[in-house]
Amino acid sequence: MVQQGRAPRSDWILEVAEVDKSFAGVHALRGVDFRLRPGEVHALIGENGAGKSTLIKVMTGVYRPDAGRVRLAGEDRAFRNPLEAQTAGISTIYQEVNLVPLMSVARNLCLGREPRRFGLVDVRAVNRIARETLKRYGVDVDVTRPLGSLGLGAQQMVALARAVRTDARVVVMDEPTSSLEPREVETLFSVIRGLRSQGIAVVYVSHRLDELYEICDRVTVLRDGAVVHTGDMAGLERLKLISLMLGREMSTVRAKGATAFGTGQHGEHGGDGGHEAAPVLRATGLTVRHKVHDVGLDIHHGEVVGLGGLLGAGRSETAKAITGALATDGGTVEVDGVPLARRSPAAAIRAGVVMLAEDRKTEGILPNLSVRENISLALLPRLARAGVVSGARQDEIVRFFMERLRIKAAGPDQKVSDLSGGNQQKVLLARWLCLDPKVLLLDEPTRGIDVGAKAEVQALIDELAEQGLGVLLISSDLEELIEGSDRLVVLKDGRAVGHLRGEEITEQTVLDTLAAAPPSEDLRGEDLDGEDLRGEAPAPHPDDHPAQAQGRPTAPAVTKEEPR
Amino acid sequence: MTPSALRPATLPRPASDAAQPAALRERLASHIQRRGALAVLVLMAALASATSSTFPTWSNISSILGNNAFVWLLALGMTFVILTGGIDLSVGSVYALGGVLGAYGAHTGGTWLAVVLPLAVGALWGTAQGLLVARARMAPFIVTLAGLLGARGLLQALTNEGATTYLVPADSAFRRLGDGTWVPVLLVAALFGSGALLLTRTRFGATVTALGGNENAATLMGLPVARTKVLVYVLSATLAATAGALGSARLGSGVTTIGVGYELTAIASVVIGGTLLTGGSGSIGGTASGVLVLAVIHNLIDHYFSQYGSAFTDTVNGAFLAVVVLVQTLLSRTRQTD
Amino acid sequence: MTPTAWAAPGPLDRARLTRLLQSYGVYAALLVLFVVAATLDGSFLSAGNVRIQLFQVAPTLIVALGMALVIGTEGVDLSVGAVIALAASVVPLYLGYGAPLAVLIALVCGAVCGAVGGTMVALARIQPIVATLALMIGLRGVAELINGNSAKPVTDTGLLGLGSDGFAGVPAMAWIAGACAVLTALLVRRTTFGRQLVAIGDNRRASRLAGLPVRRVLVTVYVLSGVLAALAGAMIVGHGAEADPANQGLNMELNAITAVVVGGTPLTGGRVRVLGTVAGALFMQLITAVLTQHNVHTSYTQLVEAVIICFAVYASQERGTR
Repeated sequence: MVQQGRAPRSDWILEVAEVDKSFAGVHALRGVDFRLRPGEVHALIGENGAGKSTLIKVMTGVYRPDAGRVRLAGEDRAFRNPLEAQTAGISTIYQEVNLVPLMSVARNLCLGREPRRFGLVDVRAVNRIARETLKRYGVDVDVTRPLGSLGLGAQQMVALARAVRTDARVVVMDEPTSSLEPREVETLFSVIRGLRSQGIAVVYVSHRLDELYEICDRVTVLRDGAVVHTGDMAGLERLKLISLMLGREMSTVRAKGATAFGTGQHGEHGGDGGHEAAPVLRATGLTVRHKVHDVGLDIHHGEVVGLGGLLGAGRSETAKAITGALATDGGTVEVDGVPLARRSPAAAIRAGVVMLAEDRKTEGILPNLSVRENISLALLPRLARAGVVSGARQDEIVRFFMERLRIKAAGPDQKVSDLSGGNQQKVLLARWLCLDPKVLLLDEPTRGIDVGAKAEVQALIDELAEQGLGVLLISSDLEELIEGSDRLVVLKDGRAVGHLRGEEITEQTVLDTLAAAPPSEDLRGEDLDGEDLRGEAPAPHPDDHPAQAQGRPTAPAVTKEEPR
Repeated sequence: MTPSALRPATLPRPASDAAQPAALRERLASHIQRRGALAVLVLMAALASATSSTFPTWSNISSILGNNAFVWLLALGMTFVILTGGIDLSVGSVYALGGVLGAYGAHTGGTWLAVVLPLAVGALWGTAQGLLVARARMAPFIVTLAGLLGARGLLQALTNEGATTYLVPADSAFRRLGDGTWVPVLLVAALFGSGALLLTRTRFGATVTALGGNENAATLMGLPVARTKVLVYVLSATLAATAGALGSARLGSGVTTIGVGYELTAIASVVIGGTLLTGGSGSIGGTASGVLVLAVIHNLIDHYFSQYGSAFTDTVNGAFLAVVVLVQTLLSRTRQTD
Repeated sequence: MTPTAWAAPGPLDRARLTRLLQSYGVYAALLVLFVVAATLDGSFLSAGNVRIQLFQVAPTLIVALGMALVIGTEGVDLSVGAVIALAASVVPLYLGYGAPLAVLIALVCGAVCGAVGGTMVALARIQPIVATLALMIGLRGVAELINGNSAKPVTDTGLLGLGSDGFAGVPAMAWIAGACAVLTALLVRRTTFGRQLVAIGDNRRASRLAGLPVRRVLVTVYVLSGVLAALAGAMIVGHGAEADPANQGLNMELNAITAVVVGGTPLTGGRVRVLGTVAGALFMQLITAVLTQHNVHTSYTQLVEAVIICFAVYASQERGTR
């Protein structure tokens, strides 16, 4: 696969030097240097918005840098598009599988470089090549079937095979394991080792630190668009790595935790003896085919219930099933003891259950409308008399929430897409809070927003719970989840596999729960069944009350996804 | 969270237990979608042959095939456009324009000009539309809507507002191309065959399908997305102009009022043939079946309901299109049960 | 990460210019055209000519208002021309019961057609172009079946009055069109329905998650478009004193879309510009009138229209940010 004759004229196969890139005045990369040796696996890590994706896109020809050079094997190159980069030997697999689901597996694999006979594509050869290639990756499927009919892991493997099949000299992998099964991860790693032994350089982006330590030789850490560290992976302490990424002193990370959540417990604010009272929201037996299996949840007034689990564990789906945004195949939802008859977001909102959706761009904001419109969207019917909206009441409410949540905008008429991610998120929170809900479902409320806004949102969640709101918190940020939740339900493969409360909620217990519990029927029956939960009338244990000590263990593991 | 801690848990995904029946249903749905038009065609032809003595006669079949064969080329070009997720509303006007240009060419310069002129103008027209869609990133339907108006205007200008009619000289070799049943049918069949090869067996065709299926992915895979988009509109307009020219060879003159609403029939044929309007899935064979289904419906209506004229055909076509699109939507939803 | 888009005047001047052009371009163009037309031809501003222009523009404007609502939801309604034909075929059938009832029945027919199209779009989630294309093909056929092959003359004084009477020197049709425009503007700006319509056009998924009645709003939008088209159809019959479903309303969908687009409503939805639509309809009418009065052939008029559509869409696109 590697061209033998062309020995690199430089020690580096790929060099990115002093690259700047900005979008609409915002610096995504500044003065970034990144060098890659042949035959090394180089980890590229950083928090959300650190510039990883932008750097990758500069290397692979999707973006052109504003300043700086990209050199491949010692030659200055300016890739105008992904094709030029690919032709030059830089292949990429993206986090989301970027193939064509309706086309056959074989056609996807060979797209753009099909073998031809007499000027026409040789379909038989295409299928043969596809079969042979995929076999090496442990994928044994009918290559004439549409790609979309394969599982996500297999699709990712096809993408990988496509990327590596050419005479690649550099392979860039953007979170390749985020949708893979553990077994598939093993296959991927053996493929990567094979690449390494062939002298191909691999850029490996992942948030899973264990993977990095297992497979990577060197690491580059990005923060706020700049390189803060480059060095060997071996001998680099984990905590050091995390503090580099977060930009905080190791001692601080160790001592204080990384979030703005208060260290106390909520729940006691729901009124004296309120724990014995019925929960504000009770979901039982929620089932969504392939995604959620018999999940039960109780949320009390003034309580933050965390929903943990790995990507694809069914967290968002559970929240969406509760609001009716996702059609369920079973299960009931009760609000204050009254079951929701019709299952739709509108019905849930009427009952006082609102959800901050995970994907702000496609499921949250109305990009072309103003802050005012975005905040008052769901409230409109209540602001109207005989269908005519009262502008004065609308302004009053919008103004109140803009001040209350400190939304930084030129004014209520500012287009919402002109705001920063954090302020957009606050606008969405305002949209829900102005409805005066009973239960707030938050799906990744702090993803992709800057540190300051993140702390504000976290403090707000705390405050809302103090005031008696029931909150469901979904977060891939383990720290946030652990420090923010009064109780924690851990999901795995769409099933609730663990239920932690109070001081039980630590990094270690969460990981243990995830690692230990196979999602088998009997185990669920033992301690996690919805029946059991209800029998206990779950509430924070009395011994939860002592505020947790400052020096409690914090989470070294960070799992987040780059916002897209 | 650490995957290594999770390694031991190598249990199958819950998704896999339901995978088998789902796959079967999905395959069935995709078959209906792709071959449904052919099945309907066979069924209709069989029923018509059984109930009517005139339907299966040679003269009737040759009139189904021969009279409108050239118009089917509009559907051929439209298939490519729709596969990319676009639409070309200008084909009816370009068809008429091609007819006038063909007759004008035969009238003034002989057969070669009658062939070259429509081809060249059609290609130019398509290039302009394609550039607006691919480079200026304008919505295809609005660009080709303007194209519909513009081509009609150009045609009117060429013929002094329809006052001048160009005749194809009776002795011109150009007329041969439109004579009888066999020449048009073979010509059209050959073009459909080439179209099918182009779609399934060339990189261009693969790019067309890929970019309709997932434009973002096609770009990231390094496929020539913009160029392919332009070419698709070039192909469509060129085929429409060619069809017009051949039509004028058959009719003996360039008819200015022809072609109104043909874009609708072409779109209907493509959709009935199982090509997804969202792009990314479809076939030339399907379009051929779709075209023939509409032709047979037309023929049957002429036969049984001639008193109502073309209005009835329109009504049936519209209803048929609505039903087909409904079924297609339901089918593709079955395929996305995931 | 700080929101700077509105704060930095320097390098964004061009963007701001584009925005200004998008917001006010159509009014400026209309003004310029008006002045040019009046200067070139003294009789242009004569009462008679203005009346003629108003007669011609009124039905287009009414249809365009409905179209603007549909386009605001990121849809398009190709069936309006066919609905006009259907209204033209239905109205003569019921003129015996008086013009008001006949028109009302035509409006109901329009509402039903809109409901069918809206249901296909909202419930079956078929793309608007295709759903309304099927209606466009089918409905004109139905209209011709109802009416028969030839045009029917209409003699009912009530309907003829709708088509040719006036009030204060302005045709009734223009009054009605103006009233429709005002009502549509109020609908869009001040009512829950209007704001929800725009929100759905901007982000349908987010709107659904925010609990908006997406389906109901979408169906209602297409019903409104159908009703307005039917109203235009009745007017056209009254004005022309004949019902001719084979020809009435032909290309109306194009004219309406053009008016909306020239008026600055983006095809991508999330915005409805009612006043812009009025200006767009007037602009297109004026262009045609000027060209015709100066003996430019209709062929060139069509070419000019084509260029204007392309330019308007190009100018209304948002660019550069991505």
